[in-house]
Amino acid sequence: MTNTLSFGRAFRLTLLSLGALIFLAPYIFMISTAGKAQSEIFTSSLSLIPTQFFYLENFAKAFGRVSMGQLLWNGVVVCGLIFIFQVVIAIPCAYAMAKLKFGAARLLMALVMLGLLVPIHATSLPLYVAFDSAALLNSYTALVAPFSISVFAIFLFLQFFRAMPDDLIHAARLDGMSELGIVMRVIVPNAWPAITAFAIFSVVAHWNDLYWPLIVVSNQAYATPPLGLLFFRAAEAGDDYGALMAATLIITLPLVAAFLLAQKRFVEGITMTGLKG
Amino acid sequence: MADMTAISLPVEKSRPIVNVSERHEARVAWMLAAPAMILIVLFIVAPVVAVITLGFTDFELGYSTFKFVGFENYAELFGDRTFRQSLWNTAIYTAIVAPASILLGLGVALLIESETVGRSFFRTAYFLPVASLLVAMATVWQYLLHPTIGPVNNLLNLIGLPGPNWLGSASTVLYSLSMIGVWQTVGFNMILFLAGLTAIPRDLYSAAEIDGAKSPIDRFFLVTLPMLGPTTVFVTTISIINAVKVFETVKTLTEGGPNKASEVLLFTIYQEGFVYLRVGYASAMTVVFLAVLVVMMFAQYRLVDRKVHY
Repeated sequence: MTNTLSFGRAFRLTLLSLGALIFLAPYIFMISTAGKAQSEIFTSSLSLIPTQFFYLENFAKAFGRVSMGQLLWNGVVVCGLIFIFQVVIAIPCAYAMAKLKFGAARLLMALVMLGLLVPIHATSLPLYVAFDSAALLNSYTALVAPFSISVFAIFLFLQFFRAMPDDLIHAARLDGMSELGIVMRVIVPNAWPAITAFAIFSVVAHWNDLYWPLIVVSNQAYATPPLGLLFFRAAEAGDDYGALMAATLIITLPLVAAFLLAQKRFVEGITMTGLKG
Repeated sequence: MADMTAISLPVEKSRPIVNVSERHEARVAWMLAAPAMILIVLFIVAPVVAVITLGFTDFELGYSTFKFVGFENYAELFGDRTFRQSLWNTAIYTAIVAPASILLGLGVALLIESETVGRSFFRTAYFLPVASLLVAMATVWQYLLHPTIGPVNNLLNLIGLPGPNWLGSASTVLYSLSMIGVWQTVGFNMILFLAGLTAIPRDLYSAAEIDGAKSPIDRFFLVTLPMLGPTTVFVTTISIINAVKVFETVKTLTEGGPNKASEVLLFTIYQEGFVYLRVGYASAMTVVFLAVLVVMMFAQYRLVDRKVHY
């Protein structure tokens, strides 16, 4: 009995480890190749430790061709602005839908459910035409505005607020607080788990998004990280994989580091936003 | 939930006061919801109406006039070899990536759940691709799958196998992209399945054991699988929708090539609309894309309503 059990466990662990190795292999090769000289990349791709350390040279190339600092900064600005707008606009709306009685609540619910069906890919053509005729292409406005409303945020906060006890709100009203005051001083402080979960969802989605930035941005000064990497690849004729891997390393690192540091929150966030989406 | 809020509202107050406070409440609610409502109309409702309308026109960016052409765009779509190829490729990609990432996600979740050693390490390892920039990781895969200097083919050569030109040959490119797609989404599904697994009450397993489900496999089919029903339906919908929306890897690695072998729906829409600027025609394609999403969503709603109530 114990023998079969331990055999089963050994099998399970081997399977998990092999899988993990395959899943991590791209990262291992990325880190290894970012430190190799061009000649070594062409001759021995399977040795993981570079014979000569070319990290400095490759990173210098990566920073030299495209301004990586600007890319990362654009990513932070765009994701930050999107998240702030989404939360500031969605929370009052979700509160009104969850806790106040008004005639348009059902219409609004229908709009939210409809909105959940519609990705940016479906609205991008008319939005592009509109931004183009308003001469707003190549701007933070174009990158941020279409995402300022997140029906998913409304949906998520609505679920969360409905579960909040009404007594909390009645008590605040008796204290003479205005509804906006209740939102800011009662609802928001109690909604941090939902806000963090949504923050992770939102930042991961928009940090990674290529479709919309590709459409509205052609000027490198406004490129977000994925778009910047495309520009970098275009500027990089031939197969300079050392510099390319260095660039991918720089661009992947911020979000991966954030994930490794706040893993528990990430997993909670994915489960919460995922399961309720 | 909504019913409960309605019940708890005060009912015994005298009428006029109720009316006044109700009107006040409705006004405040309107004010709180107004910004969201305006933006939903501006950025979701209006563009969807516009894209449906544009689908019936011959609008091209750069031309100041356009005219309505009825169903001409749709008629052209049916005869369009690229579009048909693109629909077909998207279907194949989805048919590979969705089932594979669901099964692998479930498998990994079950293995991790039943293991005590290194749980958080394994979870991190499988989840890492989800937290990584896809365009960047696609670039890494391009290097890994490089026909001559790539580690994958060098490894294959080492054991005497000829390595294919993964992303460069029309016969393998879609499968290579699918493989990258699976690699990228397994972790996400795994996390959802892990959450579903932890939510299963432990005593159900002991009850099943008493009832005669002696082997773990029996218990899996008797307890685990049915209890994971809602999670599975959700994971399936998300996986299918995300697979239909494949774009990043195609744009980064193949641009639809070679010879349209990796042309997918969103990439074709992008090319027609934003490169060739044929907005009217691309709008008709977008309507087809949107219709696919709507059908998926309704399939999910019906499945959730019917099959997964316990």
